[in-house]
Amino acid sequence: MKKPINEMRLVMPSCSSNESFARVAVASFVAQLDPTIDEITDIKTAVSEAVTNCIVHAYKDSIGNIYIHSKIFEDGKVSVKIRDTGCGIGDVKQAMEPLFTTGGEERAGLGFAVMESFMDKLKVRSTEGRGTTVILEKYLIRRERNDN
Amino acid sequence: MTVRITTEGEEMKALLVGEIDHHSAREARERIDAQVEKTHPKLLILDFAEIGFMDSSGIGLIMGRHRLMNELGGTLRIENTSRTVSRMIKMAGLGRLSIETGGTKR
Ligand SMILES: Nc1ncnc2c1ncn2[C@@H]1O[C@H](COP(=O)(O)OP(=O)(O)OP(=O)(O)O)[C@@H](O)[C@H]1O
Ligand SMILES: [Mg+2]
Repeated sequence: MKKPINEMRLVMPSCSSNESFARVAVASFVAQLDPTIDEITDIKTAVSEAVTNCIVHAYKDSIGNIYIHSKIFEDGKVSVKIRDTGCGIGDVKQAMEPLFTTGGEERAGLGFAVMESFMDKLKVRSTEGRGTTVILEKYLIRRERNDN
Repeated sequence: MTVRITTEGEEMKALLVGEIDHHSAREARERIDAQVEKTHPKLLILDFAEIGFMDSSGIGLIMGRHRLMNELGGTLRIENTSRTVSRMIKMAGLGRLSIETGGTKR
C-alpha cells in the first residue's frame, strides 16, 4: 500500500449539529486534491450519511464519540474512515439493503445505498455491542494541472 | 435550513432554503406539519430550488410528507430538485408513490 500524501483525524461527540461540521471538515481537507464540485458533493453526502448513522443509530439514546480518519493519496484516491463505539449492527448485509431501516417513519433506509453509489468503495465492519467502522473510498479524476 | 411557507387557496408551498440533513430536517418537518394540520391544503408543494445540500434525511422528509398528505386526502408535489437530489429520489423508488414532480433545475 502506498503512503498517503496527507491525513487528518477528528473526534467529536455525536451531537446532530456536528453532521454539517463533519462533512464540511472532510470536504475542506480533500480540497487539497483539487476535486470537482460533483466529487465534493458526493463525498459530503456520503460522510453525512455515515456520521448521521452514528448519531441516530449507534448512539441512539446516548452521546458517544465519532472518530474520523481521512487520507489522500498521490494518485487521487481519497479514503474516509468513520468509526463509532456504539450499539453495532447484528446483520450488516441486511442493514445495507436499500430501504431497510430500524429508524422509524422519518428515515428512508437509504444511507448505505447512497454511500455505495456516491463513492467508489464502501466497507462496513461491525460487532454488536462494540461498534461500527465504515470506510469510504473514492478516486478523484486527475485533471491537467496548470501550475505556472 | 429555513422554510418559507406561502398558502394560496388550497395550495400550500414550502420553499426550503439551505441544507437538509437529520439535524435540520426536524425543524422543517415540524413547521410544515403544523401548517398542514392547520390549513388542510389539497396540494402541498416542497420546493427544493434553494437547497444547496441534501442527504437521505431529505428523502425521509419527502416520504413522511407524502404519508401525511395521503392521510389527509391531499397530494404532494416536489419541485426544482437538483441532479443529486433527483438521483436520490430515483434510488428511493419514490416514482412508485403518487408524488407529482415539477420543474427540475440544471
Ligand atoms: N453506525 C451504526 N450503528 C448501528 N446501526 C447502524 C449504523 N449504521 C447503520 N445502522 C443500521 O443500519 C440501518 C440502515 O442504515 P441506512 O443508513 O442505510 O438507513 P437509515 O439510517 O435507517 O435511513 P436513512 O439513512 O435513509 O436516514 C439502520 O436503520 C440501522 O439499523
Ligand atoms: Mg442512515
